[in-house]
Amino acid sequence: MIRSTVLVSGDPISLSRGAEDTRLAIEAELAFYGLEDEVRVGYTGRVNRTDVLPVVVVYPEGIVYGPVSPETGATIVSEHLYKGRKVEHLLVSAEVASAEIDTLGVAEDTLYAQKRVVLKRAGTIDPYSIDEYIAYDGYFALGKALTSMTPGEVLDTVKSSGLQGRGGAGFPTGLKWTFVAQQPESPRYIVCNADESEPGTFKDRLIVEGDPHAVLEGMALAGYAVGASEGWIYIRGEYAMAKDILNHAITAAEELNLLGDNIMGTSFSFHVHVHAGAGAYVCGEETALLNSLEGERGIPRIRPPYPTVYGFRGKPTVVNNVETLANIAPIILNGADWFRAIGTERSPGTKVYTMLGDVALSGLVEAPMGTTLREIIGIYGGGMKGGKAFKAAQTGGSSGTIIPAELLDVPMDFASMREKGVGLGSGALLVCDEDTDIVDLAYVLVRFFKTESCGKCTPCRVGTAQMLEALDRLRKGMARRADLERLEEIATYVQQASFCGLGQAAPVPILTGLQYFRSEFESRLRD
Amino acid sequence: MKSLEELQKIKERALQRRKLSGEGSRARVVVAMGTCGIAAGARDTMTAILSELESRSITDVVVTQTGCIGLCEFEPIVQIQVGESDMVTYGKIDVGRVPELIDGHVVGGVPVAKWQVRK
Ligand SMILES: Cc1cc2nc3c(=O)[nH]c(=O)nc-3n(C[C@H](O)[C@H](O)[C@H](O)COP(=O)(O)O)c2cc1C
Repeated sequence: MIRSTVLVSGDPISLSRGAEDTRLAIEAELAFYGLEDEVRVGYTGRVNRTDVLPVVVVYPEGIVYGPVSPETGATIVSEHLYKGRKVEHLLVSAEVASAEIDTLGVAEDTLYAQKRVVLKRAGTIDPYSIDEYIAYDGYFALGKALTSMTPGEVLDTVKSSGLQGRGGAGFPTGLKWTFVAQQPESPRYIVCNADESEPGTFKDRLIVEGDPHAVLEGMALAGYAVGASEGWIYIRGEYAMAKDILNHAITAAEELNLLGDNIMGTSFSFHVHVHAGAGAYVCGEETALLNSLEGERGIPRIRPPYPTVYGFRGKPTVVNNVETLANIAPIILNGADWFRAIGTERSPGTKVYTMLGDVALSGLVEAPMGTTLREIIGIYGGGMKGGKAFKAAQTGGSSGTIIPAELLDVPMDFASMREKGVGLGSGALLVCDEDTDIVDLAYVLVRFFKTESCGKCTPCRVGTAQMLEALDRLRKGMARRADLERLEEIATYVQQASFCGLGQAAPVPILTGLQYFRSEFESRLRD
Repeated sequence: MKSLEELQKIKERALQRRKLSGEGSRARVVVAMGTCGIAAGARDTMTAILSELESRSITDVVVTQTGCIGLCEFEPIVQIQVGESDMVTYGKIDVGRVPELIDGHVVGGVPVAKWQVRK
């Protein structure tokens, strides 16, 4: 007679973390206690929070343990199933256990399905059809908020969801909104940062092209929460099609009174405008963006005051990334607990990555926060291209850190990455194989910053040029040891003294390159 | 729009329309037309699909577009659903592959396994 069922999570992430061995250990231990006829063991396809994988669920109680190794799997058998005592220290909190999360549809010989929150509809619906967006629950979050929630409740939900900005810095979204909501001044504005000029990053473009209304609905919800009735989307100039799709979507939403005046017959009004940039990387920096949006030259402003206090037209302004805003409607619709059950404790939710470089399959990936780089490459990238060895990755686009193989197993979430001194950034994953020359890589990256430096501050304007020249000499075998030391010194100054994030990030490829691959720089020296 | 009920009605109508039987169509062909698809030739693929259907005088097939499904490596991507069966996803469907794909899956009703990427 079967009295219990034990399920081990069998999703690709769990499997890569040894779920199969855990299952085998559980079966062996069951046999040891003679329980094999009473307890059935199987795999479950459920992906819960990545930091607790692999999980083991014991039915009929529905108790969830995680992460479970072969050793602790055996303990669960001897304690819980044999002696009937819960293994307290392995328990996963109830909120994880009760979360309703998609099943990974993993069939043999196929590509792995992704965990999709932000990209749920992209690639499924016609972006030119508002009806299709509505068919998949579109605008129901806005409807829910306007008819049954106060602005404060919307704000609290976003706050307790733990959502962090997906534009690079990972700032808590709910907190940013609170700052704006608390300002006495009005009007207030919502600005969507769709500038996306970070080389290698194209997630925002694909979100907008695949599901434009998700961004609009997120903006309207932000407006409701902080008391703004106007929003601007600042979109990268080259994104002509995305801009067209957005304008089309805004018109369609206005026709149905899902944007515009007195939305759904309530007193809340919200208007969205689209503004195209003209191709400057620095305009992705929020204060330069605001200048550009006002028709000024796109150079950064001094902070503080932050945009939350002194933003667009000098008024309190929320600036959020496209992906951040696309997370809002699902959070309002499903609740903060639902969201917190995805990803990790400190960084809930998913992250959208663009993976490129020497992987077998490049493309767009959405995975729970906390998935490791090794897992992303192995599971979604199909491994390294041509079976070559992994050498380094750059996470977060050009301003990101160069990561060596030792860090392949760091859970990718804002907090864990920061602890290791590396960044998650915008979500670009540039994967480099053994043939990559790190000095050349640093050279190409620094060249980008030199070109894009806006010239406002000296450390960035002059420093990027000097770093580039030094790297060029090194590349050509003309540099001496003293030149390398000088390069490192300049890089440190530029990082510390630059006015905005552009200059502060420009030396990062050099500094992290030196940190992890110093010998490669040294091998180019003349002396 | 004045209420949630109205939104619900649009949802139901749209869901109904997504069912092929609701429209009296035999199949749906969806071309991924994000910039990644377009860069890989999705516009030409779309044109080829439309003219292939036209040359065969097939009028009960819905041809639409969608965004990036994440498999940029496999663009141009075409998804085909016949009747109430599951949507099948094909990769690298250039103009040259269109006639065989339409002939095999839309006309013949049998998925063309060799170009299938998932599901
Ligand atoms: C040089 C530079 C470029 C940036 N580019 C972008 C960008 O393209 N998109 C973006 O969302 N944030 C970009 N940021 C970050 C923004 O300043 C800002 O932090 C972000 O838009 C806030 O949104 P979030 O809280 O939703 O992440 C950039 C920052 C710097 C310093």
